[in-house]
Amino acid sequence: MKRRVFLTSSGALLSCATLPAWAVLSTPRLLILLELRGGNDSLNTVVPIEEGAYFDLRPRLALKPDAVARFAGAPALHPSLAPLENLWRDGQMAILQGVGYPLPNLSHFRSIEIWDTASDSQQFLQTGWLTRAVDRQPAFASLSADGVVIGAADLGPLSGGARAVALNDPARFARQARLASADGAASRGVLAHVLRVESDIVRAGAEVRPDAIFKTEFPRGALGVAIQHAAGIAATGKVSVLRLTVPGFDTHQNQAGIHANLLRAVADAVVTLRAALTEHGVWDRTLILTYSEFGRRPRENQSGGTDHGTAGAMFAFGPHVRAGVHGEAPSLRSLDEVGNLRHTVDFRRVYASVLENWWQLPSERILQRRFEPLNFIA
Amino acid sequence: MLRVLGVLAALMLWVGSACAASEPPLGPHKARLLLTRAGFSPSDADVSTYSALTHAGAVDQLLAGVRTSAATPAPVWIEERFVPPRELRAMTDDARRAEIQKQVRMGLDLRGWWLREMVNSPSPLTERMTLFWHNHFVSAQPKVRYTQLMYRQNVLLRQHALGRFDQLLHEVAKDPAMLIYLDAASSRRGAPNENFAREVMELFTLGAGHYREDDIRQAARAFTGWSIDLDSGQYTFRRLQHDGGEKTVLGQTGNLDGDAVLDVLLAQPATAEFIVRKLWREFVSPQPDEGRVRSIATAFRNGWNIAVPVRALLLQPEVVARDIDNALVKSPAELVVGFLRQSGGELTRPVAAAVSIAGMGQNLFSPPNVRGWPGGEAWINTQTLLARKAFLERGLSDRTVAETSIDEPMATSMKDDDTPRRRLQMLEQSTSVRIDTEAWLKRAGMAPERVAIPASRSKLEQMLLVVPPTAATGEGVLGLDALRATLLDPAYQLK
Repeated sequence: MKRRVFLTSSGALLSCATLPAWAVLSTPRLLILLELRGGNDSLNTVVPIEEGAYFDLRPRLALKPDAVARFAGAPALHPSLAPLENLWRDGQMAILQGVGYPLPNLSHFRSIEIWDTASDSQQFLQTGWLTRAVDRQPAFASLSADGVVIGAADLGPLSGGARAVALNDPARFARQARLASADGAASRGVLAHVLRVESDIVRAGAEVRPDAIFKTEFPRGALGVAIQHAAGIAATGKVSVLRLTVPGFDTHQNQAGIHANLLRAVADAVVTLRAALTEHGVWDRTLILTYSEFGRRPRENQSGGTDHGTAGAMFAFGPHVRAGVHGEAPSLRSLDEVGNLRHTVDFRRVYASVLENWWQLPSERILQRRFEPLNFIA
Repeated sequence: MLRVLGVLAALMLWVGSACAASEPPLGPHKARLLLTRAGFSPSDADVSTYSALTHAGAVDQLLAGVRTSAATPAPVWIEERFVPPRELRAMTDDARRAEIQKQVRMGLDLRGWWLREMVNSPSPLTERMTLFWHNHFVSAQPKVRYTQLMYRQNVLLRQHALGRFDQLLHEVAKDPAMLIYLDAASSRRGAPNENFAREVMELFTLGAGHYREDDIRQAARAFTGWSIDLDSGQYTFRRLQHDGGEKTVLGQTGNLDGDAVLDVLLAQPATAEFIVRKLWREFVSPQPDEGRVRSIATAFRNGWNIAVPVRALLLQPEVVARDIDNALVKSPAELVVGFLRQSGGELTRPVAAAVSIAGMGQNLFSPPNVRGWPGGEAWINTQTLLARKAFLERGLSDRTVAETSIDEPMATSMKDDDTPRRRLQMLEQSTSVRIDTEAWLKRAGMAPERVAIPASRSKLEQMLLVVPPTAATGEGVLGLDALRATLLDPAYQLK
C-alpha cells in the first residue's frame, strides 16, 4: 500500500516537471465561483442601451438609458451593480461578453451540467472540470480539501471525485465531524462513495476551521451568511476553490424587481468579499468569477419575465484580472432560430484562462482539446 | 401488434405469480430486504408476517394493501379560505406579513403531517410511491406558496400512487400547484410560456433526447389557456387565452389542445421506458437492466396500471438478494422513517423531524428544482452525511430531553427575537423521536449496560444492516454502544 502511494506521487511529480516552482511548492491561488443559478438575464445585467432592438424586444423590461449604472469606460450596467464602481475604477473588474457554447441546450440541468463538466453540448462527461484540474496535482493534494461548496448540495464543477466538502455552517460541521470515522475498508458501489465522504469529513473537520474574525460587516440574508463562511474558509488558506450558489435567477415572471434584488445582493457580496479578504491578506491571491447556466431570451414574455436563453456575460474580479471588456456582445440583430443570442466566446476559453493563467496548469488535458485562453487574467 | 405484445408481456408477468406456490417462503432476511425496498425498514412484526410468504405472495400482499388516501387525519387548516393574490396585494403590510407567516406555519405542519403518515401508514409502499411521484411531478412550496395547494397535490399523488399513469399525468398537469410551479397559469396565446411544455417532455414523460426544441414551442401553444381560478384556487380553462391554431408535436399535426399533447407523449414508447427506468433505480438497483426495462415498459404501456411495473420490479431477484453492487442509498425520509419503524420508536415532534430531514437534503414539499432530488449517491455528501449521523445519535442519547419537551416544543429554548433561520436550526437539531433502546436491544438478546456477546451483535447487525458493517468493533462493548456503532456505520445508510 505504501509503495503504491509512493509510486503515484513520484509519477505525478515527474509529470509536473514543466510547471513553475510555486505550483508544486506553495498552495494554489484561490478561485471563488459565484453561480447565478436559474439563468441570469445578461441583457439586463450588461445592458445594450445603444441598440434600438433592445427596446423593441423588451417594451416592459428594458432598462431606461438614464437609469443604468455608468462607470467610466464601461458598458451600461444594471443600476443594482452600482456598488461595483470602486472595483472597476481600481482595475479589478473584467466583463466577459457573449460567453456560451455551440448547439445551446435550454434545459437548466443539462446546461449547467455542460458548464460544470466543460463538455460539448451533446457529450456527457462524468467529472467536473475542476475535478479534472486538481486530479494528481501535488500542490492541490497538500490542501485540506480541494474545494468547499456553499449554498447548494451538488458539487457542480467539483463532482465526480474531487475532495470537495459541501457545507452551509462550517462551525457546526467541525463540531459534528467527530461522528465520522476514516477507518472503513475499501469497497465498491454506493458504499465506496459513503466511505470516501467519511474520510473527506475527517480531514476537512480537522483542518478547515473558519476561526477568522472580521471587522468587515457582512450583508444580511442567506447570501451574506454564505459569504461570511466563505471568507472564513478562504482565510485559512487550506482550500483552492470555493463555490457559492445564489439561487432564484429563473425569472419567467415579474422579473424586474426580483432581478434587481438579486443583482444587488451579488454586487454587495463581491464588495464585501473584497473587504474581508483584504483584511486577512488573502485578496491578493483571489479570483472571483460569476457564471450562470445560460442567459435569457432577448424577447420578453407576457408574464413580465424572460424565458431560457443562451449566451451571457460573466464577471471576473480580483487584483490580477485584466480590467475591461473581453469578448464581444452578441448582436441583437442576428438571433438564432429560437430568437436567442449567438455566443461569441466559448466558455471553455474562460476556463482555459483560469487553468493556464491563474494556476499555471496545462489546460488541454482538462478541457479535452485546445481552447485559446480568453486572457482576462494578468 | 404492439398491443398484443403488451398483453402477452402482462400475462407472463402474472404467470410468474401463478407458479409461486412451489416457491419457498422468504424467511426473515429476504423479507426484511423486500420490505425495506418496498417501504421503509420494517418492524420485527412485519418481518415475521412476511417471512412465511413466498416472494410473489409477499409482493401481492403488499399491492393488495395499497391505499388511495392517508390514514392520518387531514390537517385542520385545509378548509382555510384560499386568499387570492390580488387580495393579498391589497392588504396592509402587517396583515400580509401575518398571512405569509400563517402559510409558513401551515407548511411546516404539512411536512409533519406527511411524516406521521409515513411512520404510521399500514401501507408503506403507498407512501414510497407518493414520494416517488412527488419527486417526479415536482412542485415546490417556495414558488407555489399556498400550503393548501401543496396539500391538495399530495392527496392527488397518493390517490393515483399505484393507479393509472395516464390519468395521473392528465390530472397533475391541471393541478393548481403544478400550474403555478411551472408558470402555466400565466401562459397565453401569442406569448406561450415554455416552462411546462419543456419539463413535461424532459422530466415527466419522454426524457431528454426524445424531442426537439420545436416540439416544445408547439406544445407550449397547446397548453395556453390552462389556468387557475383566482377566487377558488381551482383549475380553469380560459378559452380566450388558448391558441386554437394548428400545431405539430412529435409528428402529430392538428388543432392540438393540452390533453391531446399529453396523449401524444403517452403514445411514445420512450415514456413508459423512462418511468420504468426511474422506478428501477428506486426499487431494484443503481443500474437498470435495459432488456428487462423494455419488457416491463411494454406491459406498462398496455393499460398504464402503475401496479404492473411496480409488481414486476419488486419481483426482480436483486430485490431480495443484497450485495454491495446492487445496494441503494436510503433517502433522508427513508432513513428517519425506517429508523422509527424498525426500532418501534415514537415520532414525538413530527415538524422537528421534518426539519431534520430537510437538513439532510430532503425538504419535503420543496425539492430543489423541477428535476427533483437526484437521489442515489448524491444524497450523501459531507454535510448531509453528518446531519444523518447527528440525527441518529440524538435519537439514542437524548431520551430525557425528549420526554420533557413533547408538549412545549419551543417554549423553553426559543426566544421571541430569534430569527426564523435560528428557529429552524434549533428545530433541526432538537430531539423529535423517542426510542426505547432497551426494548430494541432486547430483541437482539442484548441490554444497554451489559457487554454484548458476539452472537447478539451479529444478530443486531442482521436486523439493522443490509450489507456487512465496514468498521470492525472491539471486544467488550456495552449493548448501547454496539447499537450506536451499528447505526453510525456507513452501511446503515444503505438499503
